Amino acid sequence: MTDQRLPILKTWKLFMKGAYPRSESGRTLPLKDARGALVAHLSHATRKDFRDAVEAARAAFPAWSGATAYLRSQIVYRLAEMLEGRRADLAEAVRCTTGATKRAADDEVNASIDRTVSWAGWCDKYPMVLGSRNPVAGPYHNFSMPEPGGVCVCVHGVADAQPLLGFLSLVLPPFCAGNAVVAIANTRHPLGALLVAESAPTADIPAGALNVLTGDAHELAGWIAGHRDVDSVHAIAEPAIAGTLRLGSAENLKRVHVLPADEDFTDTDRWTNPRRLAPFVETKTIWHPSAT
Amino acid sequence: MAESPAGTVFPATWEYSPAPESLKVEVPGSTKLFIGGQWVDPHSRRRFPSINPATEASLSQIAEGDAHDVDAAVAAARRAFKPWSKLPASERAKYLYRIARRIQERARELAVLETMDGGKPIRESRDVDVPLAAQHFFHHAGWCDKLRYAVPGGNPRPLGVCAQVIPWNFPLLMAAWKLAPALACGNTVVLKPAETTSLTAIRLAEILQECELPPGVVNIVTGAGATGKALVEHAGVDKVAFTGSTEVGKLIAKACAARGTRLTLELGGKSPNIIFADAAIDQAIEGIVQGIWFNQGHVCCAGSRLFVEESVLAEVTRKLELRMASLRVGDPLDKNTDIGAINSKGQLATILGYIDAGQKEGCTVCQPGAQALPAKGFWCRPTFFTGVQPSHVVAREEIFGPVLAVMSFRTPEEAITRANNTPYGLAAGVWTDKGSKVFDVARRLQAGVVWCNTYNQFDATSPFGGFKESGFGREGGVHGLAGYLAE
Repeated sequence: MTDQRLPILKTWKLFMKGAYPRSESGRTLPLKDARGALVAHLSHATRKDFRDAVEAARAAFPAWSGATAYLRSQIVYRLAEMLEGRRADLAEAVRCTTGATKRAADDEVNASIDRTVSWAGWCDKYPMVLGSRNPVAGPYHNFSMPEPGGVCVCVHGVADAQPLLGFLSLVLPPFCAGNAVVAIANTRHPLGALLVAESAPTADIPAGALNVLTGDAHELAGWIAGHRDVDSVHAIAEPAIAGTLRLGSAENLKRVHVLPADEDFTDTDRWTNPRRLAPFVETKTIWHPSAT
Repeated sequence: MAESPAGTVFPATWEYSPAPESLKVEVPGSTKLFIGGQWVDPHSRRRFPSINPATEASLSQIAEGDAHDVDAAVAAARRAFKPWSKLPASERAKYLYRIARRIQERARELAVLETMDGGKPIRESRDVDVPLAAQHFFHHAGWCDKLRYAVPGGNPRPLGVCAQVIPWNFPLLMAAWKLAPALACGNTVVLKPAETTSLTAIRLAEILQECELPPGVVNIVTGAGATGKALVEHAGVDKVAFTGSTEVGKLIAKACAARGTRLTLELGGKSPNIIFADAAIDQAIEGIVQGIWFNQGHVCCAGSRLFVEESVLAEVTRKLELRMASLRVGDPLDKNTDIGAINSKGQLATILGYIDAGQKEGCTVCQPGAQALPAKGFWCRPTFFTGVQPSHVVAREEIFGPVLAVMSFRTPEEAITRANNTPYGLAAGVWTDKGSKVFDVARRLQAGVVWCNTYNQFDATSPFGGFKESGFGREGGVHGLAGYLAE
């Protein structure tokens, strides 16, 4: 009997407001490994789950964006430290559904943690690089500075070969800029994202600043685009989902940045460039007379 | 100066003598489209009148471009794109410098024409619109060969053919502020001016010819909404830039979303102007005037919601009423005029409709000023409402006229919450002599431009554009270049 131990088939839960609820609907999705065998179930987020997550993100936004840039930088670095401690779990999570070799999975985990470290460093630097002091033709002190737009929804709508790296590359730019994030993990390869969600509270990420849902991107796209309290969307998606996100978002002019389905997240120069967060910040220009 | 009730402080003996601008500007009887460096008749042969809103006299018959003309203009811009974008950047810069210089040299003519066509006071077109238009070309000229320093770690490239649709409130300035960055980045353009104010854009095209700008780099197709729609929905366009109403902006956003066309939008506003009790009140009064009555209130970033700390509300409204009584409404070509003509009959009807709605909702209207208005033309006295609730239509909707809603607040928290309680986020004003309060409030206001102890200042080096439903993207400064570059 001892070599016939029955594995525990868990159902992964959603992550919102710092807690791990199931879908309010009770719906689940099956998760299969690279060979097609059932390995777990996922909570299948509904419209209401998504709306609850946005509410949690909105509530967390003042604290996350208002924290000092130094503190945000340390929290994201702490996330990298937490992920470093779970390297084996992360590699196994990646391999499970992608079928990658051990070496390829290890490489992806290394790249993902390194990317997190890199973005941790941008928190207190991007305003210097993307801001400016403007030499206006008059007696005014004038400067422009980027600030986070609010709630950003990240949609990992493509089952790319390196899902953990893709997920973090979608989330980190808006998150490090100070946005509160609701991330929709890729349903085919969600485990890396869900392990990030499990690490978030231990990295002292404030409850609600990062929320992770699993669900059907096709189903969620219209609700994301139509939500009036979402400020921006960062997505990698097939044209159909991209179209839904863009079109619906025109209604409240939310900022939508959809990457092509073949986006290469392994391009380190491109994906550690501070311009990756530019779509998720607003530039505020302040004038003040400097004459008496 | 002793204060006395409004209307009596400046007795009749203080009336200014007329000081009309004497330059006579020739206006052609009819206009053509500027496509591929040629002046062409519109395909439909249709024209519509452009009138002087101060006299209602017809100035010119403006060519009405249709889809055929837009096709031709986009094709001309496409042909011009490769040679223009391949030109050495330092050469491209020289064209823009030339244009800036010619605008400066022809400034007086442009200012008079702008005032005749649009109704704005000559003092504003002379001192604001035209000098800023020249500055936009001059500033962006210098960017042409420095773009790689504008984009951190990037390899900036032009986008291609840009469709630009501009409004009637700052016709020449909007043309300059759209064209200059697009051209500096190596793009070519099809520009559609607003239907009521085409004349300075046409004059600008003449200047471009004088400066020997290669044919097709800039094409100007005049017309109304249908012309603009044909342009922004044209499949050959790589980027759309629109300044105008939020309503039209959303339609354009949908059209561009369907095709995945790049877009920047500079839309409407209902900008708050917050006066704290510790502000320099007399300076703040001037700021309120500059905020809402500049350009007859035809300003997307007009400070149309005034929030006054309760303890100084009575003082502020009293002084405001007094100051308003001294504003001179009338002939825009008179150099003493403060408030010119409303841009069109339709816009006047819209504004009067809002004034009526405000009164029906129970707000108290105040229109100081006893000066007689001219018999012809479209006029609206500077107006403010008191007794305004946040739910009132005059406190929520963009009026785009010289109409101010005055409200009070008790705490900074309340002021900020109410200031941000709008779908718009274009601009805001803060008045206080306390430095830490200035920066705290400025930080918490959701607006793309925050004027602290000033209002309605503009500069080519200073990015302009909004948060939320006031649009996206910036115009001006290093941030404005991003809208015209691929990485």
